[in-house]
Amino acid sequence: MNKKQFIQIKNVTFSYDEGTGQLPSPAINHLSLDIEEGSFVAVLGHNGSGKSTLAKLLNLILTPTSGEIYIDGTRITDPDLSDEDVLNIRKNIGMVFQNPDNQLVATIVEEDVAFGPENLGLEPSEIRRRVNSALETVGMSDFKRHSPHQLSGGQKQRIAIAGIIAMMPKCIVFDESTAMLDPSGRREVMDTILRLNREQNITIIHITHYMNEAMLADRVVVMNEGNLLIDGTPYDVFKNVDLIKSAGLDSPQQFDIIYELRRKGHDIKMPESLKTEDCAKVVYDYYKRTTKD
Amino acid sequence: MIKDITLGQFFPGNSLLHRLDPRIKIILTILFIAIVFLAKSTLSYLLVLAFTIALIIISGISFKTVLKSLKPIVFVLIITSALNIFWTVGDDLIFSFWIIDIYAEGVNFAILMVLRITSLLIGTSVLLTYTTSPIMLTDGLERLLAPLKAIKVPVHEFSLMMTIALRFIPTLIEETDKIMSAQKARGADFTTGSIISRAKALIPVLIPLFISSFRRADELATAMECRCYHGGDGRTKMNTPHLKVIDILTVSVFIVICVIIVMLNRFA
Repeated sequence: MNKKQFIQIKNVTFSYDEGTGQLPSPAINHLSLDIEEGSFVAVLGHNGSGKSTLAKLLNLILTPTSGEIYIDGTRITDPDLSDEDVLNIRKNIGMVFQNPDNQLVATIVEEDVAFGPENLGLEPSEIRRRVNSALETVGMSDFKRHSPHQLSGGQKQRIAIAGIIAMMPKCIVFDESTAMLDPSGRREVMDTILRLNREQNITIIHITHYMNEAMLADRVVVMNEGNLLIDGTPYDVFKNVDLIKSAGLDSPQQFDIIYELRRKGHDIKMPESLKTEDCAKVVYDYYKRTTKD
Repeated sequence: MIKDITLGQFFPGNSLLHRLDPRIKIILTILFIAIVFLAKSTLSYLLVLAFTIALIIISGISFKTVLKSLKPIVFVLIITSALNIFWTVGDDLIFSFWIIDIYAEGVNFAILMVLRITSLLIGTSVLLTYTTSPIMLTDGLERLLAPLKAIKVPVHEFSLMMTIALRFIPTLIEETDKIMSAQKARGADFTTGSIISRAKALIPVLIPLFISSFRRADELATAMECRCYHGGDGRTKMNTPHLKVIDILTVSVFIVICVIIVMLNRFA
């Protein structure tokens, strides 16, 4: 299948404190990365590996020091970009941040969801339609007249997502959007993300610390020191337990167990997939094989 | 404890007053103030009183709640009436003792003053603060003041600032609570000592609160930018209230009452 590349990052470098005279170590260092339309990419990396900087580069909150970024064919690193183009890019690349409290603007849920479409200058009837359908998508229709502080963290984050969906973006970047939530809130948000990806074909870039969330993605990108460390399917990535650990991350628990057992000299086959059942199966097979002798 | 702070005194409901356009309500409040100050004769005062009571009934807010709201001004009422009773000099002396002379005019005037102040307070709060949510109020003000944009008054920015302030009050209260608990756990004492030492004890609460507010502001600004915020130009609104028949009708009723009051003044 030949899918269109939605985001193309070409040899991008970005460093924060420009003008201090000294050479700062760049947050993003000669990074090249293409992301297909409609894919679900998880971005992993320890703190300071450049994940969040990458997200901010994609919708022009930050501009790269050097290199090119193309979004849907538009060169967003073009210095002559008009304000209208900037708005158009931001409309197409939605961003959901870590702290749900610091993203909500209005005192009523539906007013907040309407904030984005209102900024786009849409017709009131169209805004109303989009707000209703966005709240429907995140399953928060019953709460549209509530005020945000009456909601739980997961619910607030779903409202923040609804606020982005109402702008009808082609891609949504989740910048550690699950980091501040409790397990049930995290599940609510992950379910919503998966649904958006599968049902509405929205490209998802999910920056996270949680390996079990990354396992749900089509593709996992591990960043280290502002560049790609590993890039591949979750299975291919997590197979490299040594490399994952060198990047300061944990591999998923089931792989961890097998890795440790193998290191101790047990001859266990690598499982065929990341599924817990498959991992359990290879351990069980090994157990049966060894106890038979 | 700190969570009990209610913002404004909005009582949610679905009465006629709740449903009126906020712009109209602001205009009505101004009209109501005019009505109260136009009343000069006893008869017109009675009408103002009847009108105020009618407003309370229409709003669906209980009399008890409304009367409770008068508590803070009881002192003002007492002082005003005392001043009027003891210091007004008239023709009709009704009570005299030592250096105190009380005239009928003074008593009369005191009663009218008390009526005026209470109806003013009740009327404006029932019309505006009790029946309009802060967000509606901000919205109404923005629309009402929209013509001022022509002379470069940043009406939209002010209204957005108000909205964000209202939005963050509960969040910041929660945060204050959290910081206070954290400081208490470290042995801070907010409840004993002189006023000065108690104020000083608040400094370790205020500093982290300020810092976190700035951080929040920064994150919110980024999030707003990501949601295509670019000032008030070219922005539309989801809810554009159109004036309904009932809005026009209510304004007419108020104007009619205004006229009646002026006429009643002549009959006195």
